[in-house]
Amino acid sequence: MKFRQFIAQSGMLLVFVVVVIAACLIAPQFATKINMIGLGLQVSSIGVVSCTMLFCLAMGDFDLSVGSSLALGGMVAVIVGNATGSLFFAALAAIAVGAVVGLLNGVVVAKFGINALITTLATMQIVRGLTNILGHGTPQTALKPGFDFLGNQTYFSVPLPIWMLVLFFIVFGVMLNRTVFGRNALAIGGNREAAILAGIKVSKTKMCVFALSGMAAAFAGVVEASRLQVASNNAGDKLELQAISACVLGGVSLSGGVGTMSGTVVGVLIMGIVENVMRLKSVDAFYQMVVTGTILLLAVLFDRLKLRILRAA
Amino acid sequence: MLSFRSISKAFSGVQALQDVSFDVQDGSVHGLCGENGAGKSTLLKVLSGVHMPDSGHFDIDGKHCAFRSALDALNGGVAVIYQELNLVPELSIAENVWLGHFARMGPFVDFKELAGRTEQSLKQVGLDLHPSTKLSRLSIGQKQMVEIAKALTRHARVIAFDEPTSSLSAREVDTLFSLIRDLKAKGLAILYVSHRMDEITTLCDACTVLRDGRHIETFVSMEGVAAATIVNRMVGRELAGAMVEEDHAPGAEVLELKNVFGPGLHEPVSLSVRSGEIVGIFGLIGAGRTELLKAIYMGTQGQVLIGQKLVPRAGPNNSIRNGLVLCPEDRKKEGIVPMLPVAENLNLSIRRSVAKLGFWLARKAEKANATDFVNRLRIKTASLQAPISSLSGGNQQKVILARWLSEQLKVILLDEPTRGIDVGSKAEIYGIVRDLAKKGIGVLFVSSELPEVLALSDRVYVMSEGRITGSMLTKEATERSLLSLALPKGGVA
Repeated sequence: MKFRQFIAQSGMLLVFVVVVIAACLIAPQFATKINMIGLGLQVSSIGVVSCTMLFCLAMGDFDLSVGSSLALGGMVAVIVGNATGSLFFAALAAIAVGAVVGLLNGVVVAKFGINALITTLATMQIVRGLTNILGHGTPQTALKPGFDFLGNQTYFSVPLPIWMLVLFFIVFGVMLNRTVFGRNALAIGGNREAAILAGIKVSKTKMCVFALSGMAAAFAGVVEASRLQVASNNAGDKLELQAISACVLGGVSLSGGVGTMSGTVVGVLIMGIVENVMRLKSVDAFYQMVVTGTILLLAVLFDRLKLRILRAA
Repeated sequence: MLSFRSISKAFSGVQALQDVSFDVQDGSVHGLCGENGAGKSTLLKVLSGVHMPDSGHFDIDGKHCAFRSALDALNGGVAVIYQELNLVPELSIAENVWLGHFARMGPFVDFKELAGRTEQSLKQVGLDLHPSTKLSRLSIGQKQMVEIAKALTRHARVIAFDEPTSSLSAREVDTLFSLIRDLKAKGLAILYVSHRMDEITTLCDACTVLRDGRHIETFVSMEGVAAATIVNRMVGRELAGAMVEEDHAPGAEVLELKNVFGPGLHEPVSLSVRSGEIVGIFGLIGAGRTELLKAIYMGTQGQVLIGQKLVPRAGPNNSIRNGLVLCPEDRKKEGIVPMLPVAENLNLSIRRSVAKLGFWLARKAEKANATDFVNRLRIKTASLQAPISSLSGGNQQKVILARWLSEQLKVILLDEPTRGIDVGSKAEIYGIVRDLAKKGIGVLFVSSELPEVLALSDRVYVMSEGRITGSMLTKEATERSLLSLALPKGGVA
């Protein structure tokens, strides 16, 4: 019984360890420094977006517009960067645009009580459309020197995006566990009525979370555009699904009220490693889709099993 | 005959049932009493196949039963009517009664046949409604009748009721009781779980008391068994002093309502509560009592004054800041956050005010606060970090109550503070409320139990049909005078 409980409680961590060992065995080049950095860059966007997605899910909501917001953020950054020559203004403009998109989501969901799924599905389309309008339907190249600072600068031979991802994990982890805002988000997802009666400002909290979500996605877009020196109108495609998958892999409940940052980190890494290994082994992209989908399904099944074991115990 | 034989069941080390044996005779109503956490619910869940006993078994008519699911139990002749009914609100009565057993014509549902059969079973339970009526249109009492009709169509031999009257009006209770007596006359074995002692003594033919998962006593006849005797067996101690009235002089007005109005009310309400005063609001279900409290706490119409100061009508947060709080009626729906631990549930409303710089959690202060209340209110929990859903109803209620007891508290609105909790916890909650009053806090509480109103309050307002129909000092009130004010016009006292 003790053993089963242990498995249930720390199961995803065990899966993570198994995945890492398997990765080392299958692909010898996996555990090299250069591949580790590649892996870090590969998960940097998903990781940043998963941080805010965790907050949305904890509250019992979704944000499907993050992929589009990432693309719009990158596009705005490149256009503003090309016009002003300043990466600072470029990033600022992009994040501001992300905040506007997020706030729009938040106001519609919190103030008008529209379902988050529908709301963000709509803004996902709108924002993707705007991105294409801005970029005339094609990728836009960054022309000014210095625009690649955010994406390519390294400290201790680790690129800046990875440092920023780590910072995001820490900041949002602390926010979830140690601030009133984070705990309130969980309480809202756990029981909205109780939260309202307890005097928690539910709409304000929701609007904040959605605004953060838009800003984080746009920021990830700036970093990605800076790294690649180009803002793709198709950037962030299916990012929302990847971020939700990573969170669910990490044990975040889709019905709200349950979620941890450590779980989310593990979820992001498992997704990243599996994809990374398949790329190293040059597995066909279509097979990759089958594998990642299967993993998600197994994770959800495992989660249900875990609940059953914990309840029965 | 239903016989329990040495049933034991443990959950992660906690013994919920230990060696419980007793018989429920055919054609009798058998009461099952015990404080929350005594094991009543677990026993019902064993009976209905939700839980398998660790050891022991039960027989129906001498036949050994081992149900593995609720469906198993239903097919085996056992129906349990839970407090929260298991019905589909958007389907018709007929569809609900026959759910899973639709009459068919080939692949299609034979609605005519279904309606015909349903009409018969509705007649059996005395429900005069068309089978095609949507379930969501029914009152709670009527829904319960549908649930019973459903049990009868499955040829139930044993029907167990889990606190069936907790949300019924007095009239609905009468209908239910006469139906239960009919079922008894048909020879069914009926197990009846209730916290209301008057129900046990008037309705039941026999009664079993559980305490801490053990069988304490079975009274095979209720003749000469007083409610006090059963209560003593339930708590294992005398409840002396639980309802003693104490003299205290209320101070100045601390809550004043001027024309407060909201949904569910028919007239603007004006009333006042003085500091240190416990004021009851009595009324039947649907009289607008909960709606009044909600209108005070979170409504926008009318004026609310706390200690002569006008409270801005801008939601719960403003009310709390001015020292006015509401402890809600429906613990599950509006009170607890089930996945969060006891400590977080307890600190939910004070968290922002104790936080450093307004956002950084004051973990030490929160822990101290939670520890303090767990000790002071004697909340039984494994730890501060245990999920609140693992606590018994009475202890959950104490946690929710503690959530509101901050330093700034001036007026507390309590909505059915003891609904669905056991006698022992009830007495403790009365004690907590009296302590609050002694500290000069104004208490306005809603209750549908007359004895509770009479025992706890200094003054009573009576509500009926969305308006206040009278008010009086409790020492001048009688059950009869209150009830006659509470009954809708045209009703008989």
